[in-house]
Amino acid sequence: MTVVSMTVNGKSVSADVEARTLLVHYIREALGLTGTHVGCDTSQCGACVVHVNGRAVKSCAMLAGQAEGAEVVTVEGLARDGELHPVQKAFREHHGLQCGFCTPGMIMTAVDMIRRKPQLDEQTVRDELEGNICRCTGYHNIVKAILAASEEMR
Amino acid sequence: MYQFNYVRPKSLADAEALLAKADDPKLLAGGQTLIPTLKQRLAMPSDVIDIGSLKELAFIKVEGEAIMIGAGTKHFDVANSPDVKKHIPALAELAGMIGDPAVRHMGTIGGSIANNDPAADYPAACLALDAKIHTTKRLIAADEYFKGMFETALTDGEIIKEVTFPHPEKAAYMKFPNPASRYAMVGVFVAKGPWGVRVAVTGAGQNGVFRVKEMENALAKNWSPDAVASIKVPADGLLSDLHGSAEYRAHLVTVMAKRAVAAAG
Repeated sequence: MTVVSMTVNGKSVSADVEARTLLVHYIREALGLTGTHVGCDTSQCGACVVHVNGRAVKSCAMLAGQAEGAEVVTVEGLARDGELHPVQKAFREHHGLQCGFCTPGMIMTAVDMIRRKPQLDEQTVRDELEGNICRCTGYHNIVKAILAASEEMR
Repeated sequence: MYQFNYVRPKSLADAEALLAKADDPKLLAGGQTLIPTLKQRLAMPSDVIDIGSLKELAFIKVEGEAIMIGAGTKHFDVANSPDVKKHIPALAELAGMIGDPAVRHMGTIGGSIANNDPAADYPAACLALDAKIHTTKRLIAADEYFKGMFETALTDGEIIKEVTFPHPEKAAYMKFPNPASRYAMVGVFVAKGPWGVRVAVTGAGQNGVFRVKEMENALAKNWSPDAVASIKVPADGLLSDLHGSAEYRAHLVTVMAKRAVAAAG
């Protein structure tokens, strides 16, 4: 067992875990933050996307130890003072979810892409969503929600 | 995953020492292939030595007529580097086509070429651009480096430090991605520079990346898509799987080569 420490959603955290613990399991099981989902477990679906040091990554394709000392943000860390993040609001407004399982990863990917590319168009959003799968195939409204949020945040 | 010891060396020298000491170690760079492999229990290393956060391996430098890219440089950083975009735009585009955005935020050039997946993108760029691979032990020319499927010239205890790409006069990469995995079904990198003309193909060969000399000769005489349009590679020795037969891949090599030459201008 190894003590792994990092900052998650602005709070310093620390947990004694096996070296083989994935970041997503550290977040869900050691910290109890179950907003981050495990969808495929083969690093294809993107339900587990979180931000590590400001970049969107798949937390099921990363060991907790690799995030030692890092700044991690999960979907729980987006809302401010009870107010949803503009991307979360846009997903609600535009019905950007059906079953909701892929939503945490979609939102974290969306926040990352809007930050990197303030001038988004539909094709760019679809390209950028390459690593996020919605099994309900609800992409149309996801894309609409991201474009609306990007407009709102400009 | 099986159990292993996880260590995070503070320097390349520390990493070498740990590598020499461990029973059956594996180096971890970005982990975008290694972690999924470990999860499927397809590998059982005694020690995982994480060199992914070594600052000394993450850099992009221009020196003379070449770009040096540190082995730990992420695909995202190569894709967005003003220097790479300026001097070898084809390389920046290639890096921006690997996996998906989250994978590009973690995956590294060193990890990609150390693994030498037969469908990886970087090996085609290294071979076509006559890249030099600098390791902790020596300098290896790309032609001598890629040895076969998942096989390289690297020896035990050897770590890639950087890859040097000379600036080409013309270059382009065209990839026909597998729509599910985004790996190349066939990817063709064409380049023309002081080292001559090279055509490197990834995704198709049973032994990994390879050059097509006949196309190189034709392009050296006449740099145009028409020059390669009637050159077919034999299907023998090409990959055949549920995504495409060897014959299909052979056909794609010509199509992608034509498109790459057209894109290179």
